Amino acid sequence: MSDKRYVRPYGDTTGDGMVQTSFTLPIPHGPRADGAAQQLANRMGIDPAMVVHSSPIGEDFTFFVVYGSVRHLVDLDEVRVVEREYPLLSPAEVNTSVKKLLRRKFVVVGGCIGTDAHTVGIDAILNVKGFAGEKGLEYYRELRVVNLGAQVSVPDLVRSARAEKADAVLVSQVVTQRDAHVLNTQEMSAAFREAMGDRRPLLVAGGPRFDPLMAGELGVDRVFGRGTTPGEVASYLVHAVRTRRGVAA
Amino acid sequence: MGLLDLDPAVVARARRLAARAAEPVVSIAKAHTTVAVERATLRLAGITGADSTHRAGDVPWVNRVVDTVREHCGLEHGVALPAFHALRGGGFGSLTELAEATAAGQVRYVLPTGRDRDRAERAARTAVARGVRTVDRNRAQRDRLVARLGDPPQRPWIYLIVATGDIDEDVVQACNAARAGADVIAVIRSTGQSLLDYVPEGATHHGFAGTYATQENFRIMRAALDGVSKEVGRYVRLTNYASGLCMPEIAVLGGLQRLDMMLNDSMYGILFRDINPIRTFVDQRFSRQVHARAGIIINTGEDNYLTTADAVDAAHTVTVSQLLNEHFAHEAGLPDALLGLGHAFEINPALPDSFRLELAHALLARELFPDAPLKWMPPTKHMTGDVFGGHLLDGFFNLAGVLTGQSILLVGMMTEAVVTPLLADRDLALKNVRYVLNAAGGLAEDFRPAPDGLIVKRAHQVLGEAVDLLERIVDDGLLNAIADGTFGLMKRPADRGRGSEGVVEKAEDYVNPAAELLEAGA
Repeated sequence: MSDKRYVRPYGDTTGDGMVQTSFTLPIPHGPRADGAAQQLANRMGIDPAMVVHSSPIGEDFTFFVVYGSVRHLVDLDEVRVVEREYPLLSPAEVNTSVKKLLRRKFVVVGGCIGTDAHTVGIDAILNVKGFAGEKGLEYYRELRVVNLGAQVSVPDLVRSARAEKADAVLVSQVVTQRDAHVLNTQEMSAAFREAMGDRRPLLVAGGPRFDPLMAGELGVDRVFGRGTTPGEVASYLVHAVRTRRGVAA
Repeated sequence: MGLLDLDPAVVARARRLAARAAEPVVSIAKAHTTVAVERATLRLAGITGADSTHRAGDVPWVNRVVDTVREHCGLEHGVALPAFHALRGGGFGSLTELAEATAAGQVRYVLPTGRDRDRAERAARTAVARGVRTVDRNRAQRDRLVARLGDPPQRPWIYLIVATGDIDEDVVQACNAARAGADVIAVIRSTGQSLLDYVPEGATHHGFAGTYATQENFRIMRAALDGVSKEVGRYVRLTNYASGLCMPEIAVLGGLQRLDMMLNDSMYGILFRDINPIRTFVDQRFSRQVHARAGIIINTGEDNYLTTADAVDAAHTVTVSQLLNEHFAHEAGLPDALLGLGHAFEINPALPDSFRLELAHALLARELFPDAPLKWMPPTKHMTGDVFGGHLLDGFFNLAGVLTGQSILLVGMMTEAVVTPLLADRDLALKNVRYVLNAAGGLAEDFRPAPDGLIVKRAHQVLGEAVDLLERIVDDGLLNAIADGTFGLMKRPADRGRGSEGVVEKAEDYVNPAAELLEAGA
């Protein structure tokens, strides 16, 4: 099985290439719409295509279900996937790991630094309400979250991180005028290096205009871009603790 | 009715305990005001618009005035007296002119005394009464439209959400949804609006995963739905969110623009948004008084507890919260007919008998609150990218809704937690609802759970656990119970959370004409 290089979808017979798909076209229901769906399916590589269902959605749209055989072959040698260097954990798994690794709660301090008042991002990650169907870090029993909110100055952030004995500091930056997000984050990481040296907490920056490859340039441990969910951040935190421990041990 | 054979003595005891648990909190709510309550009062008195010259962006005039009054003479006496005294003393033509002058630093607010005080109080009462009359007119207008166009022909009412971020797109989607059968349209707010300590202004076109709640957006959507209501021959209702730091103001704007339902939970902001508990209870009481006046149906948020805690283990916390929400609502003047108490279909479908347990919980809510328009919320926690499985689960949710006589059914989408629903997803979801209503709409008539069966036993068990928990809450105090993580597993101490700086203890001579008018129901 594993040395198979080319595969096609499986319906009920090896090699039949059968797929099922559904879509909506912005045209009124009728024979012409069915013909249009047929044409789209053919262009998608489904040939022969059977438009097995079509129904109107209001006066201007038609919904279709199509079954058919795709011409395409998948070349498994060409499949490239980016492997995440850490596994995605459920909240329960995060809690168990933190308990095992630290035997105390993991402290997260977060906020929007500089003049940035857009707390959408940090709140999506920290608030219980969460984002994309995932609960925020506040929901995790073994994480203690201190959300400092908007427009936190860098000295205040460092002070709070120290007072709360933060294991990780999360900053969010939405405003990008004149590269404010980059400059603010660099100022933040420099301040932590100066104040705490190697004993500084994990530094994590997030925002829609950040590129995850910028971590080095920003002086932080990790950068998260658009669409990041709380679960990804929590899983990363566990991974980072484990890695640090591993190094120390 | 009476399928569960609940013991009336136990039910009465549960209500008594809820009232006792709520009592100290109601006292606290009565003894305090907040910046948001004072701003809401000024909105009723007629201040609209925002200061667009401020460097932080648009700042609503009500914020400028309330902040300045607080700075000059404190808010413990209420904003009305200093504001209306300054209005008269400065010879301003309108409150908006006063606000402009305030922003320019030209107004010095003081607390008037003697005859000045009487005059200011009279002027404030006249202005606020005008706002309250607008709310009354809107309520009468709704009654007229319902009488002329009619309510939905069936129960449950079909409730659909739109959320594009752009009010103009929302209008298109809402009208299409109404034509496809929706009876209630909810416009989800932009992520994080609940944490803004001001209400944005004007028509907005770029929200995050939702559209900002503004007075103008309310007006635009209500006007559009009035149009489509005529077209479909039934009154299509509009819902928004009176939650977060501006709960009282949003309630006022909803009353002024004839919204029909409002999400308004007594504890949601505390638990899920980390808003200060005192701030929440003060704001909530005022906002519910406004809703009562406006004839707006509140929707409470018990469904949220089940997305964090387990839906079986925490079933009784839903009942407890419903009882508390009911008491707070009654205390604020809302009758049963306006109590859209919430609950949800969130039990893990892999659990044996999960559907029977759902029926038990849903029926318990129905029988505990026979006259409340219960809001039945669809599965979210166990929806995955498997849209086919999700569609089936939504079908069972719909069936549970009709079988247990739920009043408002939020339409579940198979793409929940996957993508924003496509046009076709919404159409399939509505077909799912219509099929179940058509095939089994009258099944409640034949549904008699066995007296010693799992459904009846489970309902009794949940009610018993709810009474036990209420006893603990009465002993501990509700604020301590919230601080200890009783609800939704969140720990929220009374002295923490956002917006606490906006809470002010009332002085002996506190005056708020809006609160007086609403309290009196006159």
